[in-house]
Amino acid sequence: MTTTSPVTNPPRRTQPRTPAGKMGKFVDDRLNVAGPLRKQLNKVFPDHWSFMMGEIALYSFIVLLLTGTFLTFFFDPSQTEVVYNGRYVPMQGIEMSRAYASTLDISFDVRGGLVIRQIHHWAALMFVAAMMIHMFRVFFTGAFRKPREFNWLIGLGLLALGIVEGFAGYSLPDDLLSGTGLRIADAIMLSIPVVGTWVSFLVFGGTFPGHIFLDRLYIAHVLLIPGIILALISAHLALVVRQKHSQFPGNGRTEHQVSGERVYPIYAAKAGGFFFIVFAALAALGAFAQINPIWLFGPYQPSQVSSGSQPDWYMMFLDGSTRLFPSWEIRLWGHTLPPLFWPTVVLPGILGAMAALYPFIEARMTRDYQHHNLLQRPRDVPVRTSLGLMAITFYVVLFLSGGNDIIAHVFDISLNAMTWGGRIALLILPPIAYAATYRICLGLQRHDREVLEHGIETGIIKVLPTGEYIEVHQPLGPTDDHGHGLLEYSGTPVPKRMNQLGVMSPVKLIRGFFYPVTEKPELQAAIDEADAAETSQRQHQLTE
Amino acid sequence: MTEVNYGNSPSADELRSMSPEEAMIAGAEVDGVHIVHRRERFPVRGSKAEKRAERAVAACFAIAGLAGVGFIVAFIAVPFHWHLPGTPQDFKYFTPAVGGTLALMLLFFGVGLVLWAKWLMPEEEVVQDRHDDPSKVEDQMMTEATLAVGLEDTGIRRRSVLLLSVLGAGGALATVPLVYLVGSLLKRPGTTLFHTMFQRNTKLFPQSKGMVPIVYSDWRQVSPDDLLPGGLATVFPGVRQPSEGYDGVHNASSPTLLIRLRPGQVVHPRKGQADFGWPKQNPQYIAFSKICTHAGCPASLYEQQTGRLLCPCHQSQFDVLSDAKPVFGPATRSLPKLPLEVLTGKDGRLYFYARSDYHEPIGPGFWERP
Ligand code: HEM
Ligand code: FES
Repeated sequence: MTTTSPVTNPPRRTQPRTPAGKMGKFVDDRLNVAGPLRKQLNKVFPDHWSFMMGEIALYSFIVLLLTGTFLTFFFDPSQTEVVYNGRYVPMQGIEMSRAYASTLDISFDVRGGLVIRQIHHWAALMFVAAMMIHMFRVFFTGAFRKPREFNWLIGLGLLALGIVEGFAGYSLPDDLLSGTGLRIADAIMLSIPVVGTWVSFLVFGGTFPGHIFLDRLYIAHVLLIPGIILALISAHLALVVRQKHSQFPGNGRTEHQVSGERVYPIYAAKAGGFFFIVFAALAALGAFAQINPIWLFGPYQPSQVSSGSQPDWYMMFLDGSTRLFPSWEIRLWGHTLPPLFWPTVVLPGILGAMAALYPFIEARMTRDYQHHNLLQRPRDVPVRTSLGLMAITFYVVLFLSGGNDIIAHVFDISLNAMTWGGRIALLILPPIAYAATYRICLGLQRHDREVLEHGIETGIIKVLPTGEYIEVHQPLGPTDDHGHGLLEYSGTPVPKRMNQLGVMSPVKLIRGFFYPVTEKPELQAAIDEADAAETSQRQHQLTE
Repeated sequence: MTEVNYGNSPSADELRSMSPEEAMIAGAEVDGVHIVHRRERFPVRGSKAEKRAERAVAACFAIAGLAGVGFIVAFIAVPFHWHLPGTPQDFKYFTPAVGGTLALMLLFFGVGLVLWAKWLMPEEEVVQDRHDDPSKVEDQMMTEATLAVGLEDTGIRRRSVLLLSVLGAGGALATVPLVYLVGSLLKRPGTTLFHTMFQRNTKLFPQSKGMVPIVYSDWRQVSPDDLLPGGLATVFPGVRQPSEGYDGVHNASSPTLLIRLRPGQVVHPRKGQADFGWPKQNPQYIAFSKICTHAGCPASLYEQQTGRLLCPCHQSQFDVLSDAKPVFGPATRSLPKLPLEVLTGKDGRLYFYARSDYHEPIGPGFWERP
């Protein structure tokens, strides 16, 4: 094209008449997005309750961003000592850091500040919990298999960052609990061989607690880590869009398609609605369930600790491993390797590495390098399911040991017994969990086959003319000459009870409970007609 | 992304003659989205059931709006200033009222959206083709060639000097920020972890030959008479020079437990620590670092009967009568013992001093510790 070419208007198309149409044309003339946009609007998402865990994590994170931004307007991360003279009378006149004082202010002097603080904390707990349960669902259904290994790894990174971010968050108010947690974190850094003291001094800018640490922690908590989390979530979701969601096998579903609802409008409305429901649940928790009442703990003082105070739940397993690990200290050539190093640095490292490598190990062990878009039922992969339960059992023992002083107190058991019990349980319960899960999986598999072959137990007992008693079974499909079902197991749930065969929505039962819903006769006739047409169409499809 | 074309996109003229729904379905087909089944929830418009569903959804939104109004009213009208117990505690309703109305508003808005989708929007069953096989061989080959030729164009493989130098520069570019950041943050630990503020200081305390007075958290000096038998106190080095960064009471390595034994309790001292208590023979008073040798929590629970000191963080237990030897839990080392001295003050009373610093680093272990 040369610069002298005359200005030509684009060829006349039918001009849109509606305002929305004009708007659309205005945008599309500039961005050329009609095609790609339609593709995204038409994108199909499968539905299953277990897919909501990832969504809950995502929505909790959004709530964290919203409430966290509010908190930054009032929080001051300074370690400068001030004398409190806010509205919470019992603390007046006490020396404390600006960080602690401003957290008190958010709780007592900022109108509505406490609700937001509590929602923020609950959202953090929910965020990590949802991620973890989401990870379990991905694990037990085999959603991490090729081609989704990248998302498994990104997810693990998110989980680790979520925990670090949460810890950073509850360390900010500089109350007694957070100070104690930080002191232990410092001890963990010190325990690293060779570079430990250097790491600690680098992080704290000198000896613990120093004067600059909270400022650093603050910027990490509000900018650095959330930024990375945001980037990783974007990558995570971009991959879900790119690779399309996996789905459970079912009627006519194959590896080569995904079935469900389109994004626009139904899925978007449901997902958007679900965001508000998650937000509502968090708001209700913030309103009615007190969390981290820092004014009861007091400001941090290195000489004080409150007994029986627990860290946030996601740190408890580390607390537990630290309590259970025996007092083995290695001293060599004038150096010390403290016992703290193993349960707090090495153990999480090993756990993380095992989780990260698992998809690749499983692929190699099973020699399965195929693409998988259809999910598996946990019972159909007993080894994986049992390994997963073994890992969860290990985790739960550590988690409970993190609160073993409380358990000992409540049930009046000696602490020493709790510690030894935890140590022994940590070694023997996971293998037991493996064996038990394996058995259960096989049992469930067998039962599925049995029902497919012999039908559902109806609970009806029949006396044969011979005097023999038999239970009547309802076959699930066509049978052979001996009355044995011909259906093959196909990785989908097998109905086990009669009322699973014709599901009646409980809402439908309740509707018309007090008085029957009667439509006008002509409407009723039309409805019946539509229903009949629908039914015959369905039957037609089935026989096809 | 691989563009796959499904069938033929209908022409503009064909589209003009279609209903919007047909055009939508045609567009979906072009994108590989097949609408298998699609049905209005209420195929007959205007039925009672439909109106009922519509009313229910509208009611959700109405409640959400009302809850919003309620929130604003509560936010403005409910008192929220904290008051001492015994005075009106009406502020207690603020948090539940404000949070509760907020939750209600969000909940009903969310439920309204979900029910709208479930009850009123058409039911559909849609299938979308996946395209997650690797790219076509042709694509792979052409892309590979593109990459290869590009690399060839740079000449990097022939010009080995260039390659080496650019690699070196890249290394420098990557390392410099790291050095910059780590270098500026780095602090030399030196011997900081090996001593505390109980270290003798003749400049500050010439009268006591540099021995540091032992004080309570309010800077009062500690006297033997303050403690009853079996009692204990948390004490600190009385170094108060905040301008120079010395603050014995607030420093994290300072907290020390001073214990007065009950009559008849005998200490079995560790080697070299026999005379750390006071009096030197048959000591009645002994002092240990309060900082747990495990992970640094203050070991603050003292059981008089058993003479055990318990750390609440991971339940390490120290036997005070064996010079705070760890007897249970993850701690590996005894709590360091502070050598005590008692001098007469100007007022004629006796006061505790630290004869010297601890003889070993206090608190959790670290690599440089012998
Ligand atoms: C910031 C935290 C996270 C967010 C916001 C998040 C969000 C999501 C969402 C919305 C989905 C799609 C729906 C679903 O299957 O639930 C998803 C899929 C996925 N996530 Fe996460 N997730 C997070 C953490 C994790 C973690 C910790 C893992 C595992 C280590 C993980 C692994 C995966 C995988 C493999 C998929 C693909 C699943 C499939 O297509 O079936 N994610 N994530
Ligand atoms: S810090 Fe005392 S037992 Fe761990």
